[in-house]
Amino acid sequence: MLKILKYSFYDLIRSRWSYVYFLFYLALGFVLLFLNNDLSKAIITLMNVIIVLVPLIGTIFGVMYFYNSKEFTELLLAQPLKRSSIFLGQYFGVAGSLTLSLVLGLGIPFMLYGLFKSDAIWNFSLLLVTGAFLTLIFTALAFNIALSNENKIKGFGYAVLLWLFMAVIYDGLFLMSLIVFEEYPLDTFSLTATMFNPIDLSRTLILLKLDISALLGYTGAIFKRFFGTHTGLVVSVSVLLLWTVLPVWRLSAKAKRKDF
Amino acid sequence: MGILRQNLIIAILLLGNFARGETLRICESCQISSIKEGIAIASDFDTLLIKKGTYREFNIVIDKPLTLLGEDYPVIDGGDQGEIITITSDHVTVDGLFIINVGTSYTSDYAAIRVVKSAHFLIQNLVLEKLFFGIYLEKSRNGRVYHNKIIGDAVDEYNSGNGIQLWYSQNIVVEQNIVQHVRDGIYLEFSDHITIKDNFSSDNLRYGLHFMFSNNDVYTNNTFENNGAGVAVMFSKKIKMNNNSFKKNWGAASFGMLLKEINDAEIRNNTFEENTVGINIEGSNRIDYTHNDFINNGWAVKVKGACYTNTFSNNNFLYNSFDISYNSKLNDNVFENNYWSGYTGYDLDRNGVGDVPYRPVKLFSYIVNRTPETIVLLRSLFMDIIDFSEKVSPVFTPDKLLDANPLMKKIE
Repeated sequence: MLKILKYSFYDLIRSRWSYVYFLFYLALGFVLLFLNNDLSKAIITLMNVIIVLVPLIGTIFGVMYFYNSKEFTELLLAQPLKRSSIFLGQYFGVAGSLTLSLVLGLGIPFMLYGLFKSDAIWNFSLLLVTGAFLTLIFTALAFNIALSNENKIKGFGYAVLLWLFMAVIYDGLFLMSLIVFEEYPLDTFSLTATMFNPIDLSRTLILLKLDISALLGYTGAIFKRFFGTHTGLVVSVSVLLLWTVLPVWRLSAKAKRKDF
Repeated sequence: MGILRQNLIIAILLLGNFARGETLRICESCQISSIKEGIAIASDFDTLLIKKGTYREFNIVIDKPLTLLGEDYPVIDGGDQGEIITITSDHVTVDGLFIINVGTSYTSDYAAIRVVKSAHFLIQNLVLEKLFFGIYLEKSRNGRVYHNKIIGDAVDEYNSGNGIQLWYSQNIVVEQNIVQHVRDGIYLEFSDHITIKDNFSSDNLRYGLHFMFSNNDVYTNNTFENNGAGVAVMFSKKIKMNNNSFKKNWGAASFGMLLKEINDAEIRNNTFEENTVGINIEGSNRIDYTHNDFINNGWAVKVKGACYTNTFSNNNFLYNSFDISYNSKLNDNVFENNYWSGYTGYDLDRNGVGDVPYRPVKLFSYIVNRTPETIVLLRSLFMDIIDFSEKVSPVFTPDKLLDANPLMKKIE
């Protein structure tokens, strides 16, 4: 598995798209910091970008890589190798290189602008951790989609739809249901609904850091316990972990049974 | 000329006081070993010099013009029996005492020091601990409460008292006090012409500062931090609030400042930082908000009903989750020349003023007002999209509520 991971990883590291992705974040980081020089404000802006963009890139890149390397995969399948290690190796290769681009692309400008001397370092590391989680989750979901659909166009379609659903539609439905059922106590529901969407979850994690004063404005014991203590952080991170593990597990299980 | 003469007269009077006054020493081994005894013996304008030691006394009544001066902070331990010092005479000075263990009662408001119907008093350099009420001024005039430290241990609102309370008092200066862990840090009721400055009020159960029915007061350079519900100014007129800072008041019913039925006030150069609500306004008219900084609040300004002819100009609104929240569609308040960190417009003629107006009320804040649970959707892409569409064509938010001349640069 490690060998395949290494191969995929180096293959991707040398590819044009990784550079583009890396350069994009590098440019974004520098421009943001150049424009306002304020680390904390730049982090807020970045958060908005990361939450939308990282899942999109993860999904598209995952699906694309899977379909493009199909011939190579089939070649590997002919060798005496474990199936799970082939697919997991590829998966971690893609997710790893994307995460690296993200971390380096954003890390370098912030480091140059004195991140280590500022107190924004915790917010920034939280941002990177969230970004890494989102990459892992959405690449895994994309691999799942690609593995289940032989048809490239269909696979792409589903992948984009998945992103659209998680990033926009889910929140729309969520909001509608909150407004429709506003007569009922909704705090448990609203917190649970957040758990079912990794993008919302990451957003919550960042809100906990940046908007805690607004979040505590709502009168609800459950909200207060969730946002006012470390419960929120612990729960969000563990659910994010679950979101990573489950698709990866399905990927290896599905790969074992699939007929190529 | 008039002022000079007045000063001269006062100086002569003061000289007279010093000339008349004798100093009586109080200590455990002295001739006079208790404060009560000292007061009984002393004649008008004497000074009681209280040496270091512990004096277990309560219900000390100062009924003649005296100066109580503590040396190295003598402790007056009330033993939870009741009130400790009551001042009923004019021209009393209390200085440098450490007063502890005021009795708690559900029927009367025992205080560490109570001033009753007196004028020209000076209460300074005291340390009060384990108290019910701290300094209680009742129907008193022309006094000064200066440089005291009041540290309570309040847990519940119903059995705790206020740090400094003014009731029907006039022309009093409350300056450089530290008030912590009591119910209301500083409480004013029916008190006019009061100056409150350079105080630090934090970690109080209810309000850091609380005004009720008090007019023409000024408070400047105070810091209010982490109080249960921030600062409340209610049912008062013509109050000036300048250079104060309001920080970290978090909670569902917690505000940097709560204004209720306040008219003709002036709020300038204050800083509101990391509060759930910076200023909560209800039924307040003709207030002038200028040069304030609202930084990292949940809501910078929350406007409830019946607020007319208020002016917000030259304020900085920096990184608040919501800048302004409104619960009606009617707007009679003016927003002019503020700096909004959320402003995305441009300035083509380079005059420092944005060319497109800024709408501080977002649709999302309207939704959160209606269904508070939706706060979990803060900063989501969907919300940004609908906020954008609302910005383009306002339907739910008051369409005349805008800052037509938003500034491009932060006001320093």
